[in-house]
Amino acid sequence: MEALLLDLLRSPELPYVAARGLVLIGAVMTIAGYSVLLERKASAWIQGRVGPNRTTTPFLAWIPLLGSFLRLGGFIQPAADGGKFLFKEDPIPAHVNKPYYVLAPVIALAPALAVLAMIPLSALPDGTPLALCPGADVGVLLMFAVSSLGVYGIALGGWASNSKFPFLGAVRGSAQLISYELAMGLSVLPVFLLTSAPGVDDGLNLATIVAGQEGMWNIVRQPLAALVFLVCIFAETNRHPFDMPESETDLVGGFHTEYGAFKFGLFFVAEYGHMVIGSSLFILMFLGGWQLPFVETAAWGALGTVAGLAIFGAKLAAFLFFFVWVRWTIPRFRYDQVMRLGWNVLLPLAVANLVLTFLVLAVAG
Amino acid sequence: MAAENQSLATYLPVLVQVVLGLSIPAAILLVSHIFGQRAKGNYIKDKAYECGLPSEGKVHPRFAVKFHVTAMLFILFDIEVVFLVPWALVYREFLAASIAITGATAVFLGILVFGLVYELRRGALEWEK
Repeated sequence: MEALLLDLLRSPELPYVAARGLVLIGAVMTIAGYSVLLERKASAWIQGRVGPNRTTTPFLAWIPLLGSFLRLGGFIQPAADGGKFLFKEDPIPAHVNKPYYVLAPVIALAPALAVLAMIPLSALPDGTPLALCPGADVGVLLMFAVSSLGVYGIALGGWASNSKFPFLGAVRGSAQLISYELAMGLSVLPVFLLTSAPGVDDGLNLATIVAGQEGMWNIVRQPLAALVFLVCIFAETNRHPFDMPESETDLVGGFHTEYGAFKFGLFFVAEYGHMVIGSSLFILMFLGGWQLPFVETAAWGALGTVAGLAIFGAKLAAFLFFFVWVRWTIPRFRYDQVMRLGWNVLLPLAVANLVLTFLVLAVAG
Repeated sequence: MAAENQSLATYLPVLVQVVLGLSIPAAILLVSHIFGQRAKGNYIKDKAYECGLPSEGKVHPRFAVKFHVTAMLFILFDIEVVFLVPWALVYREFLAASIAITGATAVFLGILVFGLVYELRRGALEWEK
């Protein structure tokens, strides 16, 4: 094992792999920053306000039309937010459990960044997926396993704060996350069944799942599974209407009440990073990934790769907007309603869908 | 051994990404600590924030036993889900090769459904009571 690790560390590929990983992380953090802007702008439109339209920088402001467009659109706001997080007073209150208090935001964000290696974004001209780890035979399982480790960040953050309401938020959040994980795991099994036709070996590879949707997306073949999975990713990302860990109305500020500066910022980025990952999973498993119906991008060569990337990006943007739209439309559930929905509605639905698929396949072959 | 190393080498990007994923947030925190203003503690800042009211009672209050039940049920059902994943991968292949798999699957799914129905009928997760 040590020899293997040494071999890997000496391999000439390592800098390239690390560089590609850094680019991907940078892209996702930028997307996360601009999702916050989207959230603020969309909520403003929904509520009849204008949203952020003041932030600007000297040089940009002097460009005639573009400058005022960027200012009114709030396009510099994410950079200003990041700068403010960075230069703010960075307090550690005396009553917290220091090592774990500092560790929690790191643990919350790390899984979201680590699973990015699995996501295939498009197909290269020779048919291999454009991903950091293209040969990942267990891609989906690894994504589920690692991304759900984010719950430790919430649990640890709430517990280490040594404060009542963050603690309650952490307990609620962990129970909610594990409850919806069940329905989520069961809802994707029919997708695996559809993908793993006789002769298909790597049915857990995300690129194989995308290839299996050529002609018809899984959302058409498995609408119920798609619905259950959709609700579950809302619950897993702690988004409205499921944001139990930080329900401001009854828990002050939830599990990150005692956090400030960039430690709070990391929790924020982690939430939006999980949104990006959840959306990507849904797009890859149910919305055909980088494919469009009736368009053969695979035949276009290098242009097809770029087109695939653009299609994936467009679907991702639409899905992120959907997240925001739902948040500002549906009010928050009560905690017992959330748990009842998870155990008494979604879990039986997912099981029923699995049994139905099993029976149909047994009869039809 | 060579083949095994080959398949592990496929996952090198994952290892790199895990290291990056842990070190980037840590680096951000470090930079924020260096550039941020130095915090001075005072009596108010070092108290748990509860919207300005003085804090009363324990910081780790007792919480409902339901959370515990939820965690136990999760482990039970999640193990069943994990067992179903390899089944989902080979099921259609077995059907095509006409290996008898439907009966065994039906028994397994039956146990899962029975467990679920039992748990729901017993009201293990009735939060209002």
